[in-house]
Amino acid sequence: MIALAAQISAGDTAWMLAATALVLLMTPALGLFYAGLVRSKNTLNTFMMSIAALAVATICWALVGYSLAFDPGNGVIGGLGNALLKGVAFAPRAGTSIPQLVFFAFQAAFCIVTVALVSGAVVERMRFVPLLVFSALWSVLVYAVLAHWAFGGGWLQAHGTLDFAGGVPVEMGSGFSALAAALVVGARKDYGRQALLPHNAVYVLLGAGLLWFGWFGFNGGSGFSAGHSSVLAFTNTLLAPACTLFVWFLLDLLRERRVTAIGAATAIIVGCVGITPAGGYISPAWAMALGALAALPSYAIIVWRPRTRVDETLDVLAAHGTAGLTGILFLGFTAQLSWNGVSNGLLYGNAEQLGWQAIAAVAAPAYAFTATYVLLRLIALVMPLRATEHEEALGMDVVQHGEEAYATGEGAILVSTEAGIETPVPVAQA
Amino acid sequence: MKLVTAIVRPEKVNDVLEALYRAEVRGISMSRVQGHGGELDRVETYRGTTVQVGLSEKVRFEVAVSDDFVQRTIDALCAGARTGEVGDGKIFVTPLERAIRIRTGETDQGAVTPVQK
Repeated sequence: MIALAAQISAGDTAWMLAATALVLLMTPALGLFYAGLVRSKNTLNTFMMSIAALAVATICWALVGYSLAFDPGNGVIGGLGNALLKGVAFAPRAGTSIPQLVFFAFQAAFCIVTVALVSGAVVERMRFVPLLVFSALWSVLVYAVLAHWAFGGGWLQAHGTLDFAGGVPVEMGSGFSALAAALVVGARKDYGRQALLPHNAVYVLLGAGLLWFGWFGFNGGSGFSAGHSSVLAFTNTLLAPACTLFVWFLLDLLRERRVTAIGAATAIIVGCVGITPAGGYISPAWAMALGALAALPSYAIIVWRPRTRVDETLDVLAAHGTAGLTGILFLGFTAQLSWNGVSNGLLYGNAEQLGWQAIAAVAAPAYAFTATYVLLRLIALVMPLRATEHEEALGMDVVQHGEEAYATGEGAILVSTEAGIETPVPVAQA
Repeated sequence: MKLVTAIVRPEKVNDVLEALYRAEVRGISMSRVQGHGGELDRVETYRGTTVQVGLSEKVRFEVAVSDDFVQRTIDALCAGARTGEVGDGKIFVTPLERAIRIRTGETDQGAVTPVQK
């Protein structure tokens, strides 16, 4: 076994390279999804919050994040043995048949999209520079720690908590951090006073579709091979969100007598999130049940949250935190040794499994919420987190980036071009 | 009868609507316009191209009112639209020759008085 495990499999490596690219696509897809959900004057800023993660989370992951997550270290946090990619090369990652470099890149894409997810809580008012600082620190202090607990040999994994593709670090980590971020940054100035509506439902649907597509790499790659667990997770990633989508239709019909497009896009995300922790551990039939069930708590929170004073703007807690928690617990009941070769859940005679799933469902949210809350409070001591009321009214695109998503050029005077025109030339004065 | 035309900041539209509603001014139209009223130009950069945006997004309200409603319409518009910064906008009051309510054929005073429910 050990001799076999030390060998690289070309097939596994090929799939993991493709899966990594699929996961990386999820970050701009998320940017599109989020950009459609905000007002048009904040389109670019919202999208850029996801793009920001591509820069800062990748760098931090290479510097220390990967090492703190996956170097053995102790139960709580990894060591610094792999800092700056030291020792990360072509030899197989322990327990897999893929080079550690591929493993690093695959896990980096997870870190990036998770950092981008949290930004959904603070769109339309948080300044861009503090967001960069927050994203960088969060990727190390929160994501890497939770990833170590669940994936890198930390205390949850060591005790047998099952988390196939990131219910702990990705979904609960982002969801409960988002809640803390919304509380620290505060509500938008018009929240609860004016209707703040999504400006482009087509972006939202397209973003959700691309996220689902990317999720096949996210879940399908989390077996680190082209083997059974990846195949099972891949197919479950098709089945579960389809059921969530259908149940969401029914809930919409019951509540408003109409099926909504933005509801459908949300349902796709909720379904993908729900199956994330359970993908490679439960049967396809149970995956369908999980998809259907995951709709209920997330739907309830999405209906209830806007009636509160908590402006967790894009409902990261409902879509990711809650659905991730549902998946983590569901798997404690329905994990099946005959499908996963690892462990049974409560329904198949192993109550202890549910116990450790429940502990993860308490520990991960508690750490994510507390650490994010403290981190943002500390950053706020150094720089203001949010734009002024006047800037918020103007829109973050113009204020933070000096660009508009839908610029017409009408009335714009050319100041300089790379061709070197010195005197201003009036253009497009139609 | 007067036509009150106000050019205001788009971000103040909701405040203006609220102020007009409180002043019991009901019949209004609004449209998005672009204009320039002396505020500082905004500089935007797209790759190597830097532009000075001379025209800003504004919203135009048009309210036809009877003479004794003119002042409170103006007061409401000012209260809703003012920020104190350059670029808050203008209000123009022009005499109105005739007004006709299409549904009933009512003219002038009757046409600009909101229907009592």
